[in-house]
Amino acid sequence: MTTLQSSESADLLENAEMGASLWRDAWQRLRKNKMAVGGGITLLLFIVIALLTPWLAPYSYEAQNLDLGASPPSAAHWLGTDVFGRDVLTQVMYGGRVSLAVGFIATAVALLIGVTWGAIAGYVGGRVDAVMMRIVDILYALPFMIFIVLLMVVFGRNVLLLFLAIGAVEWLTMARIMRSQVQSLRQQEFVEAAISLGLSPAAIIRRHVIPNALGPIIVYTTLTIPSVMLLEAFLSFLGLGIQPPQTSWGLLISYGAETMEEYPWLLIFPGLALTTTLFSLNFLGDGLRDALDVRGSKD
Amino acid sequence: MSLLNVENLEVSFVTRNGTSKAVKGVSFTVEPKQITAIIGESGSGKSVSCYALLGLIPSPPGRIDGGVASFEGQNLLALSEVELRKIRGSDIAMIFQDPMTCLNPYLTIGEQLIEPLLIHRNLSRADAKTRAIELLNEVGIRSPDSTFDSFPHEFSGGMRQRVMIAMALINEPKLLIADEPTTALDVTIQAQILRLIADLQKHRDIGVLFISHDLAVVSDIADQIVVMEQGEVVESGAPDAIFNHAQHPYTQKLLAAIPSGERDSGEAKGDTLINVRNLRTWFQASSDSEPVKAVDDVSFDIHRGEILGLVGESGSGKSTLGRSIMRLAPITSGEVTFDEMNLTALAGRHLKNFRSRMQMIFQDPFASLNPRMTVYDTLAEPLLLHNICQRANLDQHIAKLMDDVGLARNFIRKYPHEFSGGQRQRIAIGRALATRPEFIVADEPVSALDVTIQAQILDLLMALGREHNLTMLFVSHDMAVIRHIADRVLVMYQGKVVEAGPVTQVFNQPQAPYTQSLLASIPGAAML
Repeated sequence: MTTLQSSESADLLENAEMGASLWRDAWQRLRKNKMAVGGGITLLLFIVIALLTPWLAPYSYEAQNLDLGASPPSAAHWLGTDVFGRDVLTQVMYGGRVSLAVGFIATAVALLIGVTWGAIAGYVGGRVDAVMMRIVDILYALPFMIFIVLLMVVFGRNVLLLFLAIGAVEWLTMARIMRSQVQSLRQQEFVEAAISLGLSPAAIIRRHVIPNALGPIIVYTTLTIPSVMLLEAFLSFLGLGIQPPQTSWGLLISYGAETMEEYPWLLIFPGLALTTTLFSLNFLGDGLRDALDVRGSKD
Repeated sequence: MSLLNVENLEVSFVTRNGTSKAVKGVSFTVEPKQITAIIGESGSGKSVSCYALLGLIPSPPGRIDGGVASFEGQNLLALSEVELRKIRGSDIAMIFQDPMTCLNPYLTIGEQLIEPLLIHRNLSRADAKTRAIELLNEVGIRSPDSTFDSFPHEFSGGMRQRVMIAMALINEPKLLIADEPTTALDVTIQAQILRLIADLQKHRDIGVLFISHDLAVVSDIADQIVVMEQGEVVESGAPDAIFNHAQHPYTQKLLAAIPSGERDSGEAKGDTLINVRNLRTWFQASSDSEPVKAVDDVSFDIHRGEILGLVGESGSGKSTLGRSIMRLAPITSGEVTFDEMNLTALAGRHLKNFRSRMQMIFQDPFASLNPRMTVYDTLAEPLLLHNICQRANLDQHIAKLMDDVGLARNFIRKYPHEFSGGQRQRIAIGRALATRPEFIVADEPVSALDVTIQAQILDLLMALGREHNLTMLFVSHDMAVIRHIADRVLVMYQGKVVEAGPVTQVFNQPQAPYTQSLLASIPGAAML
């Protein structure tokens, strides 16, 4: 075995940073994935638009023009107007605020609770695991709608509650995925090696278990965000979520679907916004998963 | 006329990164009633050569570029998949390394044995059963009648390999290809299976193509040895010629790498570092079942600076003993003291601080390194955790560790999957040394490695041991390795220590019957 002692190796040493390697290498790889970067930029654009909507929107949120009625896309109304003469572009922009917020916040809640819960249950095992997973089973068994209705009755209707309620349901599957990942990982010798080095359980979970369990978690997260958005639409449609005149992509789509034969633009444009978001999320998710898999090609 | 004649076989794999030639013009023959052994390390193309004959190379990426393999006047390489399927399992049968993965766990042994008879030979169920029981008898399974209705999990590894051999023989093949059939087995079982293969080949009119990485194993049974390196045959000949007059440097290197000789352990040993008293590690599957006594009432000492070999077969409790001392397995009762400190009573921060004084090297370097941590991160973790160095001079410490274990410094930002098995084991050794331990448990550290790499790692461990005055518990199933590296040896059998003593004494005058049978099973004793 030869030992290289060139200036090059000295540079390598200086550049290396404790713990940062995985994430920095992942970032390098992600940047080279055109689809993932495209997805990321699109998402970022949507988020910026959503944040700046009150200033960017061409019309006021409540502005109606009953004389105009439903009109196809034109110079004045780029995406057309609905039956009340409201500007569709404005509606889609405001709807995006709600949909994106619900999607990201509810998923973040689910991710945080699910990953922590599953990691602890899977790592500690034994009785703790049994109790924690029975709690998950019980929550699974609760009818979702009744749960939401109960929450609405007790706490009244507000958007924040909606985020929490959806997140509180979505974390269950996340916890199960995480638990099974952790269970197989904790049998691995590198975890035993970490124990014999004297690392604390928290450090082992953080440094050795979670990075190796990320692949399925990321994929599931990118699937959760769109399903949460659709769930919100469903709840709103039933009158349990967002109420008119507030709107979301899901609501716009369900109203648009009712009139799709007469006024197709009412369905197409909100639908386009939602699908673009979903595609971007999937590309970004796949890219992230590949980037975090160090075994993928390095070039 | 040869049974199988392979000439100029060429196989390559086409991947995104280009074409790599796995087999470059390999020629060999298998004579009827003879055993041809192909020897090589991982990546030498020995398995690929044999799988290519039966069309078992996944294609793509695999591709047979040329050559002729004549078997009974047919060129196997030119046959269609349908024609090959007729030959596979009937005229040419295979047995594999891991018998468990080749048996369907949901069907009885008998059901799996008679299936080919029912399908290919149109035998009646009763006739097929009689035939199957005859075969089970022939491969040395006791009470084949009751075996017939047993499931694979009810058997030990050796018994399963016997069943696999029976399955391979059921259609009376003319050629048997055995791919590392004894590698997953214990040494005493290995000796039995080798004897069985040699017997069968004599009694039945079959040729055997025996693939192995272990020269010692084939020396006992082969009539012809073919040595492969990097896709080429470098040497072939009778075992006698290979062992005594090896021409090619690679063959000589292989021979030299077989662990042999004893360590010069004339030096006086220091005081007692580790004292194990009446240690029991029992595993309770459920509250009403009998506990599994993995380690049962074991007592011994380890002196400072010595290498204590711990030998035993799978299931003997040797790994559990090592892990119990490391506090990785729960101790049921008994006491382990380290430098007169009671290890079994340590907990929390005291245990954490103590862990830096003893470290472990694991068997499988592919599993014992976190795949998402670079060499740098892996080595930095223990250094920072135990405050062995400051962040400012972390780089120098890591570079020093890499030099110590013989890793080139420009590997520092690479991930484990980019290394070979031997290099990975070097990283794992570096991690164990990072905390500057006094005591190391090495759990089969070389058994997953090729023989030439094994020799390098053993040398490295011995050199590091001397340099850092390490005390070591070296766990292995391989008597030759233990003899090579250890000062004293403990022999474990079914959770108990059956023999203990200096290496010279145990190897030359074994007292316990179990030790005697272990020593008698060492392959290649006649040749080496």
